[in-house]
Amino acid sequence: MANAVKLSPTGDRQKALISRLEKEAGTSINLCYQCGKCTAGCPAAFAMDYPPRQVIRLLQLGFVDEALNAESVWICASCETCSSRCPRGVDIAALMDAVRREALAQNRITDKKVAAFNKAFLNGVKWFGRTYEAGLTLQYNTATKQFTKDSELGLPMYLKGKLGILPERIKGRDAVRKIFERSQEKGGE
Amino acid sequence: MKLAYYPGCSLDGSGLEYGLSTRRTAAILGIELEEIEDWNCCGATSGHNTNKLLSLALPARNLAIAEKSGLDILAPCAACYNRFRTTEHAMRHDRKLKEKIEAIIEMPYDARQETVSIPDLLANKIGLEKIREKVVNSLAGMKAACYYGCLLVRPREHTGFDDTEEPQSMDQVIQALGAQAIDWPYKTECCGASLATSRPDVGTKMIYEVLLNAQAAGAECIVTACPLCMMNLDMRQKAAERAYKTKFNIPIYYITQLVAIACGDAPKTVGIDKHFVEAGKYLDTVKIRAAEAKAAAEKAAQEAAAKAKAKGAGAKEKAVKTGGAADEPDPKKVAGFVAALTKNPDKMAAKLVADPAQAGVLASILDDKRIGKLAHLMAKDMELAQKAAAAFVQQELKRQGECQD
Repeated sequence: MANAVKLSPTGDRQKALISRLEKEAGTSINLCYQCGKCTAGCPAAFAMDYPPRQVIRLLQLGFVDEALNAESVWICASCETCSSRCPRGVDIAALMDAVRREALAQNRITDKKVAAFNKAFLNGVKWFGRTYEAGLTLQYNTATKQFTKDSELGLPMYLKGKLGILPERIKGRDAVRKIFERSQEKGGE
Repeated sequence: MKLAYYPGCSLDGSGLEYGLSTRRTAAILGIELEEIEDWNCCGATSGHNTNKLLSLALPARNLAIAEKSGLDILAPCAACYNRFRTTEHAMRHDRKLKEKIEAIIEMPYDARQETVSIPDLLANKIGLEKIREKVVNSLAGMKAACYYGCLLVRPREHTGFDDTEEPQSMDQVIQALGAQAIDWPYKTECCGASLATSRPDVGTKMIYEVLLNAQAAGAECIVTACPLCMMNLDMRQKAAERAYKTKFNIPIYYITQLVAIACGDAPKTVGIDKHFVEAGKYLDTVKIRAAEAKAAAEKAAQEAAAKAKAKGAGAKEKAVKTGGAADEPDPKKVAGFVAALTKNPDKMAAKLVADPAQAGVLASILDDKRIGKLAHLMAKDMELAQKAAAAFVQQELKRQGECQD
């Protein structure tokens, strides 16, 4: 067997991780027969390295690290077109979500900007209980070093009364902060 | 009707007009809104991108507060609506998860109520008839593409009030307001949401495609029920125009703005002046068109009435001459044709339709209702009967064609 070619890298670690992702997404990748309907309907597939069908294929073959490193995980807009059209009932969007969260937990962030946006968004919620749009833009622009991004929108928004300078703070900020802490403690699942 | 109200963060900020017009729409249609006390952000997409428990617990805190009132919840923002529906679904179907969430929010929550969206509320809960009754400024002449986006109708198990591929609720509502709903293929495509910020290389193209397809289908404006779609299509329309070297100039409206305006509100009351793409002028154009359409309809009605009067007078004269009612055919003749059509459908069909194949189709679909109608017309006017027969055949052929598709 000296010339044997190993097609799949699946070891116990990969297997366990894939089944955990499936459980978190509440779906089964083995249902997929690779028809490609998800990719055909995906509005962001044009920009992806591995479109949805291929992400599923990577997972079916045990290439979980490749799936976690895929840029497409961060490009997916969670529009759920794939899940609603899948003839086999695979919840691809939920799977993408699970892979994205795992990649975040393992700090394998192929697209830093999307992750920076999510972080800035949630920071506002954690601190004030509500989205702080002005603070979100400022935090995001600073984190991604795009200091003038969307500056053409800021002033008109402010003048139209669509952008508060100060955050809206709710009374139950403590309760919200605890929700963040406990969710994190429990590892998200 | 009374509902718990969850405005969500956007409706106090970038989606200001949606908040204004939702409150106006509710007041006009007699819905009482009770804002959920001290509500927090639903977490939106960033929440479920980051931590599953967090994405369910943030909505659950709001829903648990609302549950005490026993009211269903109105969440106008499509993203909030989707997160709420997802949370309700999870709480109802996963007992273990429910216990975890309740522990995180330190409140009991049984998901007894349900969250409704604006299109669902307008089209199904209030109903088109009630909306039609309130319209004072018809939007006749408006050509609008209703844009549902992703989160209102997907996934079906969580939303379920409309079709995931060809939703109709918003189309029906704007039709009730007098507007024309354009049929277009991008109804449920995604606008890219926050990708416009984090990945403009991807997001801008998605915005461009939606605008392009609306315009290509003949729409003069787009109607939405989502503050994120509004942000992208309105605020970022200029960026999409710049990137693709084109001009769209398509005004975008919240569906609630159109309801309020059609029911008598001034555009400014519902924040039409807050849009980035100028949206007031098109409403003026629609107003002029609506007035013209009304005048034309009135004129046509007057002419028709005059014609009917003249015809009525003529018929009376004729009736006097022949000594019978001119409009009603002789019942004996009708009975004769009924008998003939029933006994010899093939022969009679051939008399009505020249083409033998089509005559065969007609003969095969002659039921009591059609026989009655044809016999009545044949006794009155053979030409009318032939026209009706041809219409029956066409209907049947179309139906068969659709079945084969």
